[in-house]
Amino acid sequence: MKPVLKHLMLLASLAASSAHAAEYRTVLPKQSAISFETRQMGVPVAGGFKRFTTQMVFDPARPEAASARIEIDLASIDAGSVEADEESAGKLWFNRSVYPKAVFTSSQIRALGGNRYEMRGTLTLKGKSRELIMPVSYVPGKTAATFNGAFTLKRLDFGIGEGMWADVATVANEVQVKFRIAASGK
Amino acid sequence: MTPTLRYTTPAVVLHWLVALLIFVGFPLGVYMHELPLSPVKLQLYSYHKWIGITVLLLAGMRVAWRLSHRPPPLPDSIAGWQRQASAAVHGLLYLLILAIPLSGWLMSSAKGFQTVWFGVLPLPDLVGKSRELGDALATLHQILNFTLLGLVILHVAAALKHHFIERQPFLQRMGWSKQERT
Repeated sequence: MKPVLKHLMLLASLAASSAHAAEYRTVLPKQSAISFETRQMGVPVAGGFKRFTTQMVFDPARPEAASARIEIDLASIDAGSVEADEESAGKLWFNRSVYPKAVFTSSQIRALGGNRYEMRGTLTLKGKSRELIMPVSYVPGKTAATFNGAFTLKRLDFGIGEGMWADVATVANEVQVKFRIAASGK
Repeated sequence: MTPTLRYTTPAVVLHWLVALLIFVGFPLGVYMHELPLSPVKLQLYSYHKWIGITVLLLAGMRVAWRLSHRPPPLPDSIAGWQRQASAAVHGLLYLLILAIPLSGWLMSSAKGFQTVWFGVLPLPDLVGKSRELGDALATLHQILNFTLLGLVILHVAAALKHHFIERQPFLQRMGWSKQERT
């Protein structure tokens, strides 16, 4: 009796999971983007990262079980100009030879109603880890869903732009970060 | 009635304001672009842009003044070729004080840095970000500026020559004193 019951339960759980609309796991890098905006002398300057890898699981039926981990290759930065790209590698900024990556790991995802969610997690950058909370919207699509999020990062929390660059009147402390992650379901 | 030999007060004020801003903005531009990236460099670039946009605004006012006024006539002793040269140089100077800030503004946009006047008033980006266009506009900005430098030297030299060598009250044309109306 017992093995049969186990089988039945397994079947039931399989049936249940296939009944879900989708579970998104496969990230589509070409349709995903991470961008940011800094302010220099009051002037908004657009930037972004070209290379990053995302591991994620999201099932709209079970958002609390969702998770995301994003790893950004800091060498792929576009900081607005070639000069700024080069400068950002230095010790006062990312100190990239020691800390080549930024890593975000989600800790909790909460449904806010509609297709809106709140994601909490930890961003580790330049050896410092800080908790972040950000809204994420889920946009279902035919072949892939898109997850859009935005948050404000305070660069000095991570020691980004130290020494002469610490003056926030020249380069603002707040950096607006936006991301769009596209993932196909199965 | 004898013709006035002096530009009107608004024209004189605008002339010297623009001159002053160029005498600050030009060396600033030459100096700042060689600097390694630093907060000071970002600050100087902003100040340079603010100066340039101010010049553009004042230059627009000067052109409006010039289109609606006649400059005081040149003394009869001035030779015909000098009159033509004077008209050409003045025309080019008016053109350059408009074109130089404009080329700087466009360059800034092409390089992906919007111009925000005094850090408060964002000017629209009239061109999109483009490496090639940015470099081309930088070269243009430089050529126009060194043309301006040459013309300003000519302009100042001619005024000083007429004033001190030919002993005609040339500097009073752009002077503050209204007593030169004779």
